[in-house]
Amino acid sequence: MKEVSLSSLSPGERGKIARVATQASVRQRLLEMGLVKGTPVEFVRSAPMGDPIEVSVKGYRLSLRRVEAQSVFVVKETK
Amino acid sequence: MSFETATTATSYIALIGNPNSGKTTLFNALTGLRQRVGNYPGVTVEKKEGRLTLPDGSEAILLDLPGTYSLNASSPDERIATDVLLGKVDHTQAPELVICVVDASNIERNLYLVSQIIDRRIPVIIALNMVDVAEHAGIEIDAKKLARSLSVPVVPLIASRSIGVDQLKRAIKEAKAITAKTRSWRMPPIVEEETEELIGYLQRYHKLNEANAFHEALSLLSAPESLDDHRDRYAPEVIAHVRKDHERLNFMGIDRQSVFVESRYEWIKNVCTEAVKQTHNGKTSVSDRIDRIATHKIWGFVVFLALMAIMFQSVFTWAEAPMSWIEDLTMLIGDQIKIVMPAGDLRDLIIDGGLAGVSAVVVFLPQILLLFMFIGLLEDTGYMARAAFIMDRLMSKVGLHGKSFIPMLSSFACAIPGIMATRTIESPKDRLVTMLVSPLISCSARLPVYTLLIAAFIPTTYVLGFLSLAGLTLLSMYLLGLVMALTMAWFFKKTLLKGPAPLFIMELPPYKTPSVRSISLQMWERSKLFLRNAGTIILGVSILLWFLGTYPKSEGTPAQQLEHSFIGRAGQAIGPLIKPLGFDWKIGIAVCASFAAREVFVSTMGTIYNIQESDEELAGSSLQEKMRNDKDPVTGAPVWSALTAICVMVYYVLAMQCISTIAVMRRETNGWKWPLFQIGYMTALAYGATFIVYRVGLALGLGA
Repeated sequence: MKEVSLSSLSPGERGKIARVATQASVRQRLLEMGLVKGTPVEFVRSAPMGDPIEVSVKGYRLSLRRVEAQSVFVVKETK
Repeated sequence: MSFETATTATSYIALIGNPNSGKTTLFNALTGLRQRVGNYPGVTVEKKEGRLTLPDGSEAILLDLPGTYSLNASSPDERIATDVLLGKVDHTQAPELVICVVDASNIERNLYLVSQIIDRRIPVIIALNMVDVAEHAGIEIDAKKLARSLSVPVVPLIASRSIGVDQLKRAIKEAKAITAKTRSWRMPPIVEEETEELIGYLQRYHKLNEANAFHEALSLLSAPESLDDHRDRYAPEVIAHVRKDHERLNFMGIDRQSVFVESRYEWIKNVCTEAVKQTHNGKTSVSDRIDRIATHKIWGFVVFLALMAIMFQSVFTWAEAPMSWIEDLTMLIGDQIKIVMPAGDLRDLIIDGGLAGVSAVVVFLPQILLLFMFIGLLEDTGYMARAAFIMDRLMSKVGLHGKSFIPMLSSFACAIPGIMATRTIESPKDRLVTMLVSPLISCSARLPVYTLLIAAFIPTTYVLGFLSLAGLTLLSMYLLGLVMALTMAWFFKKTLLKGPAPLFIMELPPYKTPSVRSISLQMWERSKLFLRNAGTIILGVSILLWFLGTYPKSEGTPAQQLEHSFIGRAGQAIGPLIKPLGFDWKIGIAVCASFAAREVFVSTMGTIYNIQESDEELAGSSLQEKMRNDKDPVTGAPVWSALTAICVMVYYVLAMQCISTIAVMRRETNGWKWPLFQIGYMTALAYGATFIVYRVGLALGLGA
């Protein structure tokens, strides 16, 4: 399975979290917000200026900057 | 059921929960107006306590902890929540019971915090809030099953409509006898083994109880290999053991950081499979439909700008009428006093000192009330998170968070509500930076200074045929303030308050109908805090400045009296200091006299130039006339030029000439350190910038 970064998805695209690869404190927060391995995630939209982005995870909406989203890797859902 | 007689000691209960879980709404529903706001010692985090009466008539104190997603505290706000639970905060006892507010419509992530609290062996009740919202989204939660899986009481409720609040109070009474259960989530066997062993070490070498040892063990096992943050706090034997654990777990291919989070979420998933049913997937939710417009590439800005324009307009102009009523009322009361009291020092003290001081405080209330009404509306509806979402890109360029935008915008009206509005910013460093730079943004009190000087000294010519030079000058003053505010924010983030760029990992909660009660409570609370804490300082300084501007008394015209007063002498004394800026001693007096409030510059100028017209318009134009004709008695050169006017304006853009802002800074930062720093850096900035403008202006031959 090919892993892509969460920030590379387009609106409406879904996938499952594969891993989060960034410095420990940021990683802790991202994990605790529910971005743990195997969790389904959907890219909802980007902010009007392109950054940050909004994703749907564990039944709620999470916004994060692209720089953080780049460190979250997902396996894209095949249609 | 507990059969204790009504206890004499009041019990201490803490309210904890994720941001947006409705924690504050529940706090208000439980305590009503019986609240008290203070600060935790040494930090700028607000401490909110309230009293509630339990069904048996006994009283309990409820502590509203800052919203937090986890007990692995990263920000000071969250650390307070964790430290309070463990009784590690001075003057705050450890709670006997914790009420954890859980957003039913977002249960999985909310249960994460619950699982951490259970691990701490603190008695806990789940307040399952917003069950109506959850139901609407097709989420059905079986509270009994949930309570069984978690082994803690669960009370479903709708805090915004006070439904279920009485049941919660009953549960509080009963739950005090319940001791917390051991953890029910499991980690992979090898991790369990290592944790178990490490707990043994921690208990042996550090005499920790089991719950604390468990927490420390997890923190040690998931820490980076360097153990930089932990090395000094543990016995060498413990550290040596942890190093071996790290090696072993790494060798087994276990991700030491994520394994604990994953294991908790795995357990939560199982709990939810039992107790939560997704009945229908709900069509596109209302929130989503709103967001399609509210965060749209074009419409998003239109909505945002429209909302900001309304808010800005209201704080800027709607507050004007009530503000002038307050001023009129002050005059009226002053006139009444003049009728009943004979002229004299005491009467002057009462009218020009005390009454004027009270008026100087109360006059801010309309703006504070209006701004907090809007902020309350934006927050309560859920739009605030979208505003931050939209503006984050821009604010991140200077190292700030999207949430710094609204306080800075509000500061165009007045820095006081602006600074008070920074409390929506979670990161204390970002909040402090926003507070430090907000007063650089031109507030409404500077406008009279600008208009007087522009009307008097800026020629009425047009640039490019249609742009009036006067308008452009005014615009440049506003821009100068804004640019300096952003520059200084960037500078502070790079130097003094250096820290990681603020994380923008934020929930976008569903939109909801705002609660009138929550908003009015917030407006009331903010006004009360302002009057009590900042108001007393403003009043005191106003009286002091009146004294300094009146004494020692002398004969002659008001201008001569002012010249001989303490302020007048101070203004003349700083003459050599301000000469390099092109300011003469009259400007010096005006600068000193308007230290408390910038708009005083205009009336001081009026006094200095002996303006006696009662008609404001006439007074204004004759003041301009006199200022233009003022000549230096020695050289005969005009005292004022367009350059001088611009220099004075630049000084007023950048200098901290507002005692009310200082008082609010003191209240919000809980000390004198930051307000004093702010006065220092702003004065230095104002002096430096004015000096440069003056010198460059002279070099360009603009001084004539």
